Amino acid sequence: MSEVLVSTDWVAQHVHDGNIRVVEVDVDTTAYDQGHVPGAAGWNWTTELCDTVVRDIVPKQKLEGLLGKSGIDNSTTIILYGDNNNWFAAWAFWQLKIYGHQDVRIMNGGRKKWIAESRDLSTEKPTFPAKTYTAKAPDNSLRAFLPEVQKAVSTKSHALVDVRSPQEFTGEILAPPGLPETCQRGGHIPGAKSIPWAKACNEDGTFKSVDELKSLYGAQGITAEKPVIAYCRIGERSSHTWFVLKHLLGFKDVQNYDGSWTEWGNLVGAAVEKP
Amino acid sequence: MKPEDYSRREIEVAGWAIAIETYKLGDVYHCTIYNTDPGARFARADGPTKAEAERIALEKATRYLQQTRRFPTSS
Repeated sequence: MSEVLVSTDWVAQHVHDGNIRVVEVDVDTTAYDQGHVPGAAGWNWTTELCDTVVRDIVPKQKLEGLLGKSGIDNSTTIILYGDNNNWFAAWAFWQLKIYGHQDVRIMNGGRKKWIAESRDLSTEKPTFPAKTYTAKAPDNSLRAFLPEVQKAVSTKSHALVDVRSPQEFTGEILAPPGLPETCQRGGHIPGAKSIPWAKACNEDGTFKSVDELKSLYGAQGITAEKPVIAYCRIGERSSHTWFVLKHLLGFKDVQNYDGSWTEWGNLVGAAVEKP
Repeated sequence: MKPEDYSRREIEVAGWAIAIETYKLGDVYHCTIYNTDPGARFARADGPTKAEAERIALEKATRYLQQTRRFPTSS
């Protein structure tokens, strides 16, 4: 298994180890309270992993505070897991890498696999001795901003990967079924390839093998030879694909466009391709 | 505590495929509903029985799914 993935078995054995902190990050911010891996901290992506005033990732100082109160210092091994096959665990992973955390890993299969295996859950919120965390300056090479994406489209310098569902890609729907519409137009960024994030996962929520993943992306011309920008609707599903390309397949140049379709699909005059 | 009575099944509601995932923890049944594509959770409910938790979650899910619009896909 890749060094950035750990199994549910591994977590069960190591959750209480001294220099390891397990953290749950869910789409459903109430899921942690319903029961979590005993000893795991819980982070709320809507309030703790973003800037709540400006649309942006978590500010450096805020992240330092969150990690510190979670008993994490720069040498801690952080194990992330969550619901929806680790969507927001990957979102947290991406941000931790932006701020330079050395040892962060994802529990393969996430919350779904842990529960399906009938492993222990706790509703007790653990407290941790506070630590001091010093984040590095953000590494924005892991992140694509709108001007870079616009340039990539016009120069064809990058492969664009749209990881949303096929119906979102074609513009048949503006948001996943059952969720609020958050854009004015449907479709996709011109030139983008449709490779839904879920194709990278097995039925039990674990990631597919490296060979399967290489075939999946290679079949659409997505290889390590060309820089890649992944996007979705708000940037969390694409952080999942970013994780796959960057850390499971080892592509050197992969960026997550977290503005994603909620930015592009609301831009006046932006080119949109349909279907 | 260990989750018990875990189940996951797929059905169609308002023309959309959804997955219903339910388990019991302590005395409470927790039900979560996902769209099967892309797999996002969009409704959940708790209840004293599996049937009750799923009934409430399905009511919410149906209401949300009925608001999902389909658009023409040609330019």
